[in-house]
Amino acid sequence: MEVLYFAWVRERIGIPKETVQTSAATVAGLVEELKAREERYEAAFADLSALRVALDQELTDFDAPLDGVREVAFFPPMTGG
Amino acid sequence: MKIVVQDAPFAPGEEVEAFSHGHTEMGAIVTFSGLVRGDGGLTRLEIEHYPGMTERAIRAIAEEAQARWSLGDVLVIHRYGTLKPGNPIMMVATAAPHRKDAFEAAEFLMDYLKSRAPFWKKEYGAKGEEWVAAKDADEAALTRW
Repeated sequence: MEVLYFAWVRERIGIPKETVQTSAATVAGLVEELKAREERYEAAFADLSALRVALDQELTDFDAPLDGVREVAFFPPMTGG
Repeated sequence: MKIVVQDAPFAPGEEVEAFSHGHTEMGAIVTFSGLVRGDGGLTRLEIEHYPGMTERAIRAIAEEAQARWSLGDVLVIHRYGTLKPGNPIMMVATAAPHRKDAFEAAEFLMDYLKSRAPFWKKEYGAKGEEWVAAKDADEAALTRW
């Protein structure tokens, strides 16, 4: 699946997107896999309450299943308007 | 319904003029324009967004407004990229038979665009650069709807 990062999450991880092979069942499982990779992921995902997640461009939560999902995006709370 | 997400500047007055044409059944047009506020030594704003999701999210918010109020038309324009103090960032316009629907729907659109449309603002100025943090009050504003 494609994993996208925005705003300071993108800055901490250092890339805007990447293709990830995962067997994680939920978003939270994917986050744990990413955090185990490198320090920069650990830094980006240190506080999940400061993050939001979208699956296939729909806002959801960290318990959501990844079954059939093609695009995951992580970002801070939005500041539009 | 017209949803526009663009890098280019826009002129709110011209947009309102165009939006107001041809709505012979509408008694009220309400518009709101948001500008870059140059306080605290701000020199520019960089707005990042999530192409694809941005348009979908705004459309969903506008459709919700149309379901809740009696509206003839809705316009949302939101910029991304580099903006300077005084530049229009975004605008909403609502057309309705009566003003109460137009006012309430415009406020609803603004409240939801603030924290449910995937934009992120970064401020550049005297203090360096800093991501704008979401405010608790913006999230709380959604509960009144």
